Amino acid sequence: MYLTEEEKKMLEGNYGQGTQLAMKILVAIGEAYDAPKMVPVTRTHVALSNQEADLWFAEKLTAGEAVCRIRPTVNPSFNLEQFQAITDIDREDEEIVKRTHAAYTKLGAIMTYDCTPYLEKNVPRFGEIISFSESSATPFVNSVYGARSNRESAQSALCSAVTGVTPYYGFLLKENRAGQVLVHVEADMEDDFTYQMLGYFAPKKIGFSIPVFEGLTNPSKEALMNLGAQLNTGGNVALYHILGFTPEALTMEDAFQGKKPQYEVTITNNDLKNMREEISDKNGKIDFALYGCPHFTIDQVCTVAEMVKGKKLSVPLFIMTSSLTRSLSQKMGYADIIKTAGGEIVEDTCMDQPCWKFLYGKKGITDSPKCAYYTKRRDMQFIIAPLKESIYAALKGEY
Amino acid sequence: MKKQYDCHKISGGKVTGQLLFSDDGMCFYLIEPKDGKIIEKEHCLYQKSVAGKILVFPYGKGSSVVQADGMYQLKMTGMNPAAMIVVNADTTLAASAIILDAPMVNKMDDDFYKDFHDGDMVELDADNGILRKI
Repeated sequence: MYLTEEEKKMLEGNYGQGTQLAMKILVAIGEAYDAPKMVPVTRTHVALSNQEADLWFAEKLTAGEAVCRIRPTVNPSFNLEQFQAITDIDREDEEIVKRTHAAYTKLGAIMTYDCTPYLEKNVPRFGEIISFSESSATPFVNSVYGARSNRESAQSALCSAVTGVTPYYGFLLKENRAGQVLVHVEADMEDDFTYQMLGYFAPKKIGFSIPVFEGLTNPSKEALMNLGAQLNTGGNVALYHILGFTPEALTMEDAFQGKKPQYEVTITNNDLKNMREEISDKNGKIDFALYGCPHFTIDQVCTVAEMVKGKKLSVPLFIMTSSLTRSLSQKMGYADIIKTAGGEIVEDTCMDQPCWKFLYGKKGITDSPKCAYYTKRRDMQFIIAPLKESIYAALKGEY
Repeated sequence: MKKQYDCHKISGGKVTGQLLFSDDGMCFYLIEPKDGKIIEKEHCLYQKSVAGKILVFPYGKGSSVVQADGMYQLKMTGMNPAAMIVVNADTTLAASAIILDAPMVNKMDDDFYKDFHDGDMVELDADNGILRKI
């Protein structure tokens, strides 16, 4: 693959071993996809995860004195200070949080600890070439904004942050962004929750193809967050289009770039109902409620606050969100209302973290299939239900 | 049966091992690192172990961190697959294999899928993009 003089210098180690490693990996990825060259990126987002592989790789880069040329925003780990007040944190877990923070800070990352960077702090424009990991963020920036990112892993995005470039292939090229399958949505898309189910179910019908959804009217930002997050839990869909709504699909002609759909599928109420029954735990008593996968918006926090105002929750309720949204919740009084009812807004935190040990073996309720999916490894069971119904369940203690 | 089957390198290496076919996509995070067994109930290989196998699957699934962490954990316990043959390799999956030096190929000769079954012993030379029956 063609490399510029500057890229060759990086590869040959002129900027240190960390930058060299990052460039080596990008070249290997480029060769795997037959990319002809590298292209500059103007934004990056790294799915920091606070897991062993994450720390191992970040420390490998810092040991080689890498510093990011395009400073990335980062995903959540868990908020040590807040969780030490809620539960006992194991020493080794405290250690990994601190080491991960130190490594990324040294790399020059912007420590946002938020999985919805596209709502605040890192918002790309149409056509911008970027390197975004976080599988719920990539489809949002690609589909809703029309920015161009491949489905980066945390590490490949970090390599692009360090070098400022990414191999030119895949979704960076217009011709690879054409819709492939036309999806007729006949289900009643009455609330943001139905988009969770649509996202989780659709990959079973469309496999690896780029879907063009037809029949969706004016989805909210939360609906779009849900759709993208679940498309990448049930499957692997870094780009989708919504006919007449997303910027690359205003017409059928645009959506399929003049070609015909490879095939068409229809998704009904029954499909979504059956999907939910398959992945949700049985109704009954619950021990807790957990929200914010992806991180809750201020509007979702407001919904919870309005429902629990002046009431007492029967089970603990936790909302994960960005530090900015938590701060806003405090200013607007939502945090106090939720706290008084027995709930907690936690910032900078992901559900897939060891800080939730006190919930292992217990049964919760959530509105997010993604939240339920990844916590399987942590022995947490979840009933999956629409937001308002699930808050009602948290007030009652059962669903 | 052909003498050799062509494929395309994603991540290099040369290994021999038994084939294990999966009709479902793989999320390496939902594999128990202790024994390499798949813990995802809905998966067609539920409770089967991928350890030491040359794993053949259609695509990766899961978030942008879990493939790398899943593969890393398996590598630490030695319960990792010997190599991977994939149809659709998204960047998350490919980058994870490259970073962890795990052999991976795609674009495998169509005949491979007709001629081979679970348990067949093969040699996969990912660097040169060649698979042979042994």
